[in-house]
Amino acid sequence: MANKFIAAPAPHMHNPHSTQSLMRDVIIALLPALAVSAWVYGLDVLKITAIAITSCVVVEFLIQKLFIGGRQTVSNLSAIVTGLLLAFNLPTTIPWWIIVVGAVIAIGVGKMTYGGLGKNPFNPALVGRVFLLIAYPVQMTTFSQPTVAGYVDAMSGATPLASVKSLAGDASFAEAIGGVDFTNMLYGMMPGSMGEIAALALIVGGLYMLWRKVITWHIPVSILCTMALFAFAVVFFGGERGAVLYEFPAFHILAGGALLGAIFMATDYVTSPMTHKGMIIYGIGIGAITMIIRLWGAYPEGMSFAILIMNGVTPLINKYVKPRRFGKTSAK
Amino acid sequence: MKTFPIGGVHPSDNKCWSKDKAIEVLELPDVVNIPLAQHIGAPATAKVAKGDKVLVGQLIAEATGFMSANIHSSVSGTVTAVDMVPNGQGIRQMMITIKREGDEWMPEIDRSKDIVRECSLEPQAIIAKIKQAGIVGMGGATFPTHVKLSIPQGCVAEYLIINGVECEPFLTSDHRNMLERGEELLIGVEIIAKALGVKHTVVGVENNKPDAIANLKKIIAEKGFDIKVEPLKVQYPQGGEKQLIAAVTGRQVPPPPALPIHVGAVVCNASTSLAVYEAVQKNKPLIERVVTITGETMATPRNLLTRMGTPISKLVEMGGGLVEGDVKVVNGGPMMGRAMVNIDSPVTKGCSGITVFVGKKAHRVAVDDCIKCAKCVEACPMGLEPYLLIKLSERQMWDRAEQERIPDCIECGCCQYTCPAGLPLLDYVRLAKQTVMGIIRARAAAEAAKK
Amino acid sequence: MTVLFTILTLSLLGILAALILYVVAQKFKVEEDPRIDQVEKMLPGANCGGCGFAGCRGLADALVARDDISALFCPVGGASTMEGIATYLGKVAPKKEPTVATVRCGGVCSKRPKTNEYNGTKSCVIASSFYVGESACAFGCLGYGDCVEACAFDAIHVNPETGIAEVDAEKCTACGACVKACPKNLIELRKKWPKNRAVYVACASKDKGAVTMKACKAGCIGCGKCAKVCAFDAITIENGLAYIDSQKCKLCRKCVNECPTGAIVLKGMDPLPKEPKVVAKPAEAKPAAEPKAEVKKESANE
Repeated sequence: MANKFIAAPAPHMHNPHSTQSLMRDVIIALLPALAVSAWVYGLDVLKITAIAITSCVVVEFLIQKLFIGGRQTVSNLSAIVTGLLLAFNLPTTIPWWIIVVGAVIAIGVGKMTYGGLGKNPFNPALVGRVFLLIAYPVQMTTFSQPTVAGYVDAMSGATPLASVKSLAGDASFAEAIGGVDFTNMLYGMMPGSMGEIAALALIVGGLYMLWRKVITWHIPVSILCTMALFAFAVVFFGGERGAVLYEFPAFHILAGGALLGAIFMATDYVTSPMTHKGMIIYGIGIGAITMIIRLWGAYPEGMSFAILIMNGVTPLINKYVKPRRFGKTSAK
Repeated sequence: MKTFPIGGVHPSDNKCWSKDKAIEVLELPDVVNIPLAQHIGAPATAKVAKGDKVLVGQLIAEATGFMSANIHSSVSGTVTAVDMVPNGQGIRQMMITIKREGDEWMPEIDRSKDIVRECSLEPQAIIAKIKQAGIVGMGGATFPTHVKLSIPQGCVAEYLIINGVECEPFLTSDHRNMLERGEELLIGVEIIAKALGVKHTVVGVENNKPDAIANLKKIIAEKGFDIKVEPLKVQYPQGGEKQLIAAVTGRQVPPPPALPIHVGAVVCNASTSLAVYEAVQKNKPLIERVVTITGETMATPRNLLTRMGTPISKLVEMGGGLVEGDVKVVNGGPMMGRAMVNIDSPVTKGCSGITVFVGKKAHRVAVDDCIKCAKCVEACPMGLEPYLLIKLSERQMWDRAEQERIPDCIECGCCQYTCPAGLPLLDYVRLAKQTVMGIIRARAAAEAAKK
Repeated sequence: MTVLFTILTLSLLGILAALILYVVAQKFKVEEDPRIDQVEKMLPGANCGGCGFAGCRGLADALVARDDISALFCPVGGASTMEGIATYLGKVAPKKEPTVATVRCGGVCSKRPKTNEYNGTKSCVIASSFYVGESACAFGCLGYGDCVEACAFDAIHVNPETGIAEVDAEKCTACGACVKACPKNLIELRKKWPKNRAVYVACASKDKGAVTMKACKAGCIGCGKCAKVCAFDAITIENGLAYIDSQKCKLCRKCVNECPTGAIVLKGMDPLPKEPKVVAKPAEAKPAAEPKAEVKKESANE
């Protein structure tokens, strides 16, 4: 017979998703924020992104080839996602060699030492970023001004979070965020890391990923809600009233890496919990730790640390938080 | 619109190929092979030997004990062998081979098309007749229907749920039966309801069959049946017994060994109801069924009324034959059907369709590493964690697997369907489930021996 | 001053921790027979489970605890190890002939045509619970290497040319892990002759002769010629399958030449010189397959 019979146990259908297609969707979701960043900061952004992506891909390729062996995994596009996210966490003034160091740390230490995609306990891009932040604090916190026409510098060169934090010591919360221009924050016209500034573009990317069922709502929503509630509680119990009650939470959601972290970094498959309940616990943890660092810690921004800390808790969450089993609730 | 509470996936339903094809009668095969094990439980005991003459509908194998089912000849002719014949998976099974001569039926079978609504039998008599006719669940599980209808002591059936969901992609045999033989089917439902003495009778139909829903509703209104039609949101595996009960009644069957009857529900397949009608009102045993032959590349997908024991190759031929190259011929639907290596194997009571895949679709997707995307956890309708179970299975950690509730698995295949890394989740989960179930049985046996 | 305080506090903490550890260690100390450690050292330390215990420690425990150790045996270490341990413990050493794992399938690719392609997980236990396998023989080696996974000594491998698992008799310790792993029950521990000599039926098919022949040219068709020629009563035919009892077999090799399908495999020695009756052989092979088929049919009809 001219037929060859193929035999395998059921199921015989597979949905069109693959690791590669999921990663491709994440990349697509990141593009609007990249575009806004390039508009705000100029073409340097694209150069940095290109360097970050290239070095991540090359590092992964080489490590796989030289140390791990077996099938090349570069084609699953995860190295590109890591590169993009790493670039998004860098200021535009960063020298090129620091980017390469970041890529080596992110992919080499953060991912491949554990055996590659799927086995790393910590988000590789964040491992890279935090390493750079500690190793090169000056270069990592020197933010250039947006170069786009019509930008008015209200924050004197520092990121909104840093300037608010520097004021927070001796002023009330209302005074501290008094100079914040929320419209500028939505469009990305503020100093900051390349990818974290454009709130609207990040939200668009998040909605795209939700629509494509790449992520679920649980992690981003629980992080952002926790942050907002936390901020509200701090202001409210601090005795302040008036517009600051909602402006302060809104500020914390829009400023710094909150949206980038909540939508793109914390939702990293490998390092986030497996169940919806677990995801919400994880999100609350990230939100709370971020706010604690932002308000009382040494750094103005705490998203990266919060996510890394909760990454470490993820295996524990997976162990103890089980999905809702069928048939447990309504036994007769 | 109602559906079940946890998990589920949305494979594209692919019903378009065959859903508008009216049921045709397949020409009688020259030779049939009728397996003695076409149901869950003990194989039937052959009552004929080589050389015996048989009629259509004649009992040729008798149920071996309670958990078993009678088997009747689907053609008239001469028994040529009672021997081991390879089934679809190439494994040898006891089968009765009959060479067909003409088409002579047992005299007591009413072959007229008249619809008989009146049924004056007592519940016990109805169940006896169903048992006599060898009816089993025709959705694929092949659980003997008389066993299902015999309610254990201390349990009360409140709901009779008729499974017209047909959530498996591609298959349309239940759909066509509900459309073309709706009234007879509903009389069958009425008879089962009478046998059980239930308060509520619901036919669950997925929303992708609006014509069937409308047809059943119309017949119910016109002829005055006390039956409700419940349209359900399209979601696989809604046709799973536990999922369907949860979708219709909101009650969740507790984990095994609990049965649906513990939440007061009995589920029967739609085509089974039709078979019950024929058995009780027409004295016709289960000797033929509607089988869908379908597939994206089949030239002429059809719904064929087929005698049991007909070689599947004959159906494939009617569907337009196989194209050259790699093919996967699946007995059943793509989610739970079994791939065959021997298409000369016979159509059995549980065979609702033959789905053919060719070329790339006959193969599995490439396998990647697990990226812990949690899509399998989200998809599992039983609330299990397939990503964890596959690891436990690979490492043979059966105790842990049992703690993680592996016996709950219904083998629906949602996890493997949805896995972006293409991991063979169900292969390993099924292995672990079988092993753990074996361990549980051995433990129970050891405990029983102690007492 | 600060430095001094620091040193002092840390030292104190260290001493305190040491004290706690010491107390706890004393409190939870488990008294163990020191001989167990010694016996464990004498065992090969492969932790293969071939003795029936979870690891070498388990066997050592049992060896020390039991008076009669005749039921305990370490297949890896073999008689010499057991002798040593028995002497050390002052007990009688268990005796066991050395054995070697043998794969009873000769259905190489050329003899056993493929009828389909398996596309599922490459695991014998998964494939065999699903279907017959890639050939029409339901008994033969699937070649996905569950035995290879199970072997702790790198002694069994699937030959990519034949598609069948092959045992490296030098490395095989007869621990029995592969025997347990094989879902087709193909692997048997057979008596180990010097120089790895062996005669065995490389087939486990219980199908009728004609069915076996169709599925695999190297299969045993149960013709019984080997049993007739055997002078030591070592060969039995059951369910259409010849079996050579390795305890009774004297490696005379007569059966090897008799077998019409070549299902009896000879290893480590030259075959007997073929006798002139070679001409008669093919003629005999065919009728020989017949009686078996009839026997089966009768039993099926009963």
